[in-house]
Amino acid sequence: MRLIINGKEQVIDSGNMTIQEILKICDVKSPDLVSVQLNRKFIKREDYTTTVAGENDEIDFLYFMGGGGLIE
Amino acid sequence: MNFTENQIERYSRHIILQEVGPEGQKKINNAKVLVAGVGGLGSPVALYLAAAGVGTIGLADNDVVDMTNLQRQVIHFTSDLDKHKVESAADKISALNPDVEIRMHKGFLNPENIAGIISGYDFIIDGTDNFPSKFLINDACVLNGKAFSHGGILRFEGQTMTYTPGNTCYRCVFGYAPPKNAVPSCSQAGVLGSIAGMLGTIQATEAIKYIIGKGRLLTNRMLTFNAFNMNFGEVNLSANSDCPVCGSNPVITKLEMDEQPVCDLKQ
Ligand SMILES: [Zn+2]
Repeated sequence: MRLIINGKEQVIDSGNMTIQEILKICDVKSPDLVSVQLNRKFIKREDYTTTVAGENDEIDFLYFMGGGGLIE
Repeated sequence: MNFTENQIERYSRHIILQEVGPEGQKKINNAKVLVAGVGGLGSPVALYLAAAGVGTIGLADNDVVDMTNLQRQVIHFTSDLDKHKVESAADKISALNPDVEIRMHKGFLNPENIAGIISGYDFIIDGTDNFPSKFLINDACVLNGKAFSHGGILRFEGQTMTYTPGNTCYRCVFGYAPPKNAVPSCSQAGVLGSIAGMLGTIQATEAIKYIIGKGRLLTNRMLTFNAFNMNFGEVNLSANSDCPVCGSNPVITKLEMDEQPVCDLKQ
């Protein structure tokens, strides 16, 4: 199926997949540390295993990033 | 618009920009911006805002200048080692542009003091590097109707978005602070120094655009870049109805620090 992942078209040799499965094939090491939008709607982390994406869906991954000053 | 002759000369390259002009420059000269964290991001932000003539710049930090800071925190010099960052930055700002009034906030931003501090500013720069502070700034801005710029950097990558009331907030995207040590900090994973400049100058630009009320802000979108491959990307965002602070049933109604559960990712 064809997915748009972070703005780029990706063709995946598979039918509908859960967010969890897509994170896995995209080699996302810590799914707990990534926020996912499916068609511009945020998916709760506990729903990654049950939410399914299909043909032409748009998926965005956003990673936690700190950095900046040093108020550690 | 009563600029002095010196000011007309100093700000001439802004004034001749059609989108800024004398009116925009006047707005910049009357604006008040808080730079929260005078480190990697706050350094370039504070320098560019000072050069632009932002009337009042607030500097908030609780740290002194350390040798490891000098690789990227360009407002601090070798001669500033062990000096309070707020004082070190204030020295450079007043040397660069004596028009700028500086307010120093030495100490941590916390749930008790942040609302009082941000109430004196038009725009807030998040230049902090820890998640509890980032979420605290977000919540304080959302609950008090203030605009701010989020910035994050790590290794060769950066991300930034701008919040204005009613639009997607940082918690809409990320929910709650991640477990402690789950996301490496710059001190653990490293960061290319110039990345801080790339991201900080974007944050300063957003502040200026917000002040003059021109251009298209990074609201409802997250700009990301990977400077190793020099790729820029943009993710369109929508406000999250389940957001803990700005959603339809907010659970965060007063300011608190996010707890970061401790976890060990060594596996
Ligand atoms: Zn929100």
